[in-house]
Amino acid sequence: MPIAMPEPGQLALAIDDLTVAYDQKPALWDIDLEVPKGALMAIVGPNGAGKSTLIKAALNLIPRAAGSVLFHGQPYEAARHLVGYVPQRGSVDWDFPTSVLDVVTMGLYGKLGWLRRPGRRERAKALAALEQVDLVELAGRQISQLSGGQQQRTFLARALVQDAQIYFMDEPFAAVDAITEAAIVNILRELNKRGRTVLVVHHDLQTVPEYFDWLTLLNVEVVASGRTCQVFTLDNLQKTYGGRVASLHGGQVLAAGG
Amino acid sequence: MTERRVWQMIAALLMLGVLLLPLSQALFGLRLTYTVRVVALGGSLLGALSGALGCFAVLRRESLLGDALSHAALPGVAVGFLLAGRQLGALLVGAGIASWLGLRLVAAILRTTRIKQDAALGIVLASFFAAGIALLTYIQSLPDASQAGLDSFIFGQAAAIIESDIALLGGIGLAVAVVLALLWKEFKLLTFDADFASAGGLRGGLINALLSTLIVVTIVLGLQLAGVILMVGMLIAPAIAARQWTHSLEQMVVLAAALGAFAGGSGAVISALDSDIPTGPMIIVVAFALVLLSITLAPGRGVIWSQLRQRENRRNFRSRRLEPGA
Repeated sequence: MPIAMPEPGQLALAIDDLTVAYDQKPALWDIDLEVPKGALMAIVGPNGAGKSTLIKAALNLIPRAAGSVLFHGQPYEAARHLVGYVPQRGSVDWDFPTSVLDVVTMGLYGKLGWLRRPGRRERAKALAALEQVDLVELAGRQISQLSGGQQQRTFLARALVQDAQIYFMDEPFAAVDAITEAAIVNILRELNKRGRTVLVVHHDLQTVPEYFDWLTLLNVEVVASGRTCQVFTLDNLQKTYGGRVASLHGGQVLAAGG
Repeated sequence: MTERRVWQMIAALLMLGVLLLPLSQALFGLRLTYTVRVVALGGSLLGALSGALGCFAVLRRESLLGDALSHAALPGVAVGFLLAGRQLGALLVGAGIASWLGLRLVAAILRTTRIKQDAALGIVLASFFAAGIALLTYIQSLPDASQAGLDSFIFGQAAAIIESDIALLGGIGLAVAVVLALLWKEFKLLTFDADFASAGGLRGGLINALLSTLIVVTIVLGLQLAGVILMVGMLIAPAIAARQWTHSLEQMVVLAAALGAFAGGSGAVISALDSDIPTGPMIIVVAFALVLLSITLAPGRGVIWSQLRQRENRRNFRSRRLEPGA
């Protein structure tokens, strides 16, 4: 059954011919990717496949060698307010002198604009987001005292207050406990229910069909992209991981490398 | 420490700073000459400025960038002298340009080669400083007498501060305070999470350039007093000391400014007592005494405090083992 391609107006994200190179070696090669509005999509691939690079290039954080990226049909500069971002947890210094509530409020800085300071309204929004990730009792805590899972939920709350249309999450499930994993899944479903588009860099092949309805398999190039039920096949996974995926048994991946 | 306590501490520190001159007059028979007062004011203004901005350098892990940039200023001082003679404005503009070139060079090395940041900083620091020393040596061989004292830029000289410098330092200090207050949330977010800041719509590149410029300006202003070699201490010591006492960036910056003012003022006064005491080293000795005190004594992060807490934990665990189920 062919995948019905959505109308261009219904695309949350349209990536065209995107190439990114570090030191002449391409990290991403000729990426074409179309993500319909409301998709909950996993981006999966081995280490070095360019998953984080794809997000960073889409968000203009690293230079592109070629290609264009459109959000709801607009270039990034015009669409910043549509975009929410959850960077990798390890990308910041968690000993920075600030509180959980403060970090979450940072998600509102972009909307506040220059010179204006966060006030009572921003504080209420941040507390509501902390409620959603079940962290409200830690609002006043120093971020240096958080566990890994709590750090991840803090980042998630910061993205929630952005109230974006398209979310990019870079490995939110990396090394978190079961409680945090469940909390993240709940948030993803909630965002999905409200019609938001979410792209998640993901590592655990086992949970892909359970958590995500769309899937992009990436290894420098796009191996396959579409609905999870059609893309998540042993053949595609072997193409992505170079034959290191042992078998797909009753919908379960038994052993995966990378 | 609670937030209230830290504010009280900042207030106490400022009061102590204000009383410093009259106190040393009473205790050590310091003569409150006009020069001493100017030097004290200049030192504390500079200390406050570098203390506040140093917080961002330290939190961005760019302490060594500050060191490289201050060393890189020296050839600029020499070229400024060769072109315009001994005019402070020309020397500082030269220093600023050289320092800025150093900054660009570090960025260019990182962008175009595989050399890592520490090595890139080392390259810029050593090559610019060597060029500066070579130029100063050449200048000293010139038959012109006006070059005397140019080498005070190496270790700093409090006596070099004059009244017009105070106005300059005060004006720039005020401007920096206004910029910090207006762009506070931008600086904070950029320092904590630069990628998120840019993705969320802040002009990351612009804010970054502004923050770097403020730091370079501070370094250049401090060269005369602290010297190119030790200027980095004035930038980072108050920030490191302040970080021990508080968990909020707001308080850290204010406390670092107060500590910097204290170190800069008292160090400059001590060195003004005897022309043989170079100012840079004196300020840095005071500043790092404050660092040592903070690291030892600060509740929460301090060494003594953590030792006490560990001992208490051990005692608690032991008593709990004796009464299982308690």
